[in-house]
Amino acid sequence: MNREDFEILKSNIIYFDNAATTMKPNKVVNKIIDYYTKYTANAHRGDYDNSLLVDTEYENVRNKVKKFINATSLEEIVFTKGSTESFNMIIFGFMSIYLKKGDEVLLTKSEHASNILPWITLSKKVGFTIKYIELTDNYEVTVENVKKCISPKTKVISLSHITNAIGDVRPIEKIGNLCQEKNILFVLDATQSIGHLKIDVQKYNVSFMGFSAHKMLGPTGVGVLYGKKDLLEKLIPLEYGGGMNVSFSSSGEYTLKSLPERLEAGTRNIAGVIGMGAAVDYLLEIGMDKIHEYELDLKKYLIKRLNEIEDITIYNKNTSSGILLFNLKKYFSQDVAIYLNQFKICIRAGNHCAKMLQELIKVGSTCRISLYFYNTKEEIDKLIEVLKDQDKILDNLV
Amino acid sequence: MDSKLKRDTMLENYQKPANKGIPADNSYVKVNSKNESCVDNIDIAAKIKNGVIEDIKFDGEACAICISSASIMTKELKGKTLESAKLIIDNFERMINELPYDEELLGELNVYNEVYKQPSRKRCALLPMQSAKKIIELEKY
Repeated sequence: MNREDFEILKSNIIYFDNAATTMKPNKVVNKIIDYYTKYTANAHRGDYDNSLLVDTEYENVRNKVKKFINATSLEEIVFTKGSTESFNMIIFGFMSIYLKKGDEVLLTKSEHASNILPWITLSKKVGFTIKYIELTDNYEVTVENVKKCISPKTKVISLSHITNAIGDVRPIEKIGNLCQEKNILFVLDATQSIGHLKIDVQKYNVSFMGFSAHKMLGPTGVGVLYGKKDLLEKLIPLEYGGGMNVSFSSSGEYTLKSLPERLEAGTRNIAGVIGMGAAVDYLLEIGMDKIHEYELDLKKYLIKRLNEIEDITIYNKNTSSGILLFNLKKYFSQDVAIYLNQFKICIRAGNHCAKMLQELIKVGSTCRISLYFYNTKEEIDKLIEVLKDQDKILDNLV
Repeated sequence: MDSKLKRDTMLENYQKPANKGIPADNSYVKVNSKNESCVDNIDIAAKIKNGVIEDIKFDGEACAICISSASIMTKELKGKTLESAKLIIDNFERMINELPYDEELLGELNVYNEVYKQPSRKRCALLPMQSAKKIIELEKY
């Protein structure tokens, strides 16, 4: 649906790699062009009309994001470069002082690198323990398994809402409530879910959350760090410079601004933030429930049709997101992806940045299709038609 | 060499690769290489005596170009001195990177002389060679 809103879709590509990044609707692109062609200026710096307009546009986005995720206040929304920066800020800016030797942090083996590597790095310095919550046979997280993993030493649970490698949707409301009950901080990686599901940080009792704009129709290089105000107040800035201080002197004394500016040093990605605001507006116009429903319907159709293909293994039929992993038994995933590219069909082959998952699945590499609302059943039909000719996959080696 | 012959050679080496399987034998030098941008993952093991590659084997999970390149490479390097192996590898890299090279030295590896047309495949063809190169360097010091 809404394909006409995307200039890029007129080029007839079949884009099935939405978990990597999404296409950008014209409204987002035009909003960015407007900033660069009609009112370019820095934010929070000038007394002239364009600068004031930039301030208004920039801060309006904070309000849009606040409403979009149902945060309590504007101070809880910090603009970052994206999920990775958000997670590094949470882990190195807050957890570095919050966690002590002997504490436990619970993750899973299907997390994205950005929700594992910073934890591993910090644990080596601080001496806390990382425990991996056991996954079910379908590589999913259950509340029971989370409960089993919790001990009196558990201080933090950090999970993605939807994993990019498996596409499973975690029961985050129940996990959030459990965390509240047990006085555990709940960190949510919303990168894969933000453009697909309604998120309510209050209802899910989220302590910190990170996501990137480019996976929700927005531009690359911009994202959000959300934190409950009392927690975010304690987060030490990892970057110091202009825009985040009130005063400093040669004696070495300095005073930092309050939230959220304290955590937004230097000139920000203004065009990116404004573009992200347009993406939020656009998503809300369509409606998150409608998007989710459409994706599930499309995924059902995709599975039904993929079942017609010979020698295929589908790994995650039962997950309720638009992400599907498969392999053709006779061909290596990358050879399949390169073959599909000849028909302008874009899919991802590889381990999808969740390298620990290989320890469980025992398959190093898979083909991943990740759907979005602008994908269609006709595109899936084309994919199936091409896959039915799988004997031709290695025809174009030369 | 026509395209069909090149393709058939690659396919044959992909489907029935030569020298596949790493021996547990400790007299082999072993090196792993991973392609950073994709998932090709190749181990190479070589037994070197008096400056000659007596045996060379590979194993791993990778695409058709990478596996076939590993298979053909082991065939071409087996029995060669370290110096001539290095010359073959250098020339192969030059061919893939569209620089002047000596095709006389490359034997069956010449089937990859058009890989440059598919930039994403260049890394796949080169990966086994990078491991072999590491082994030669390890032996030197």
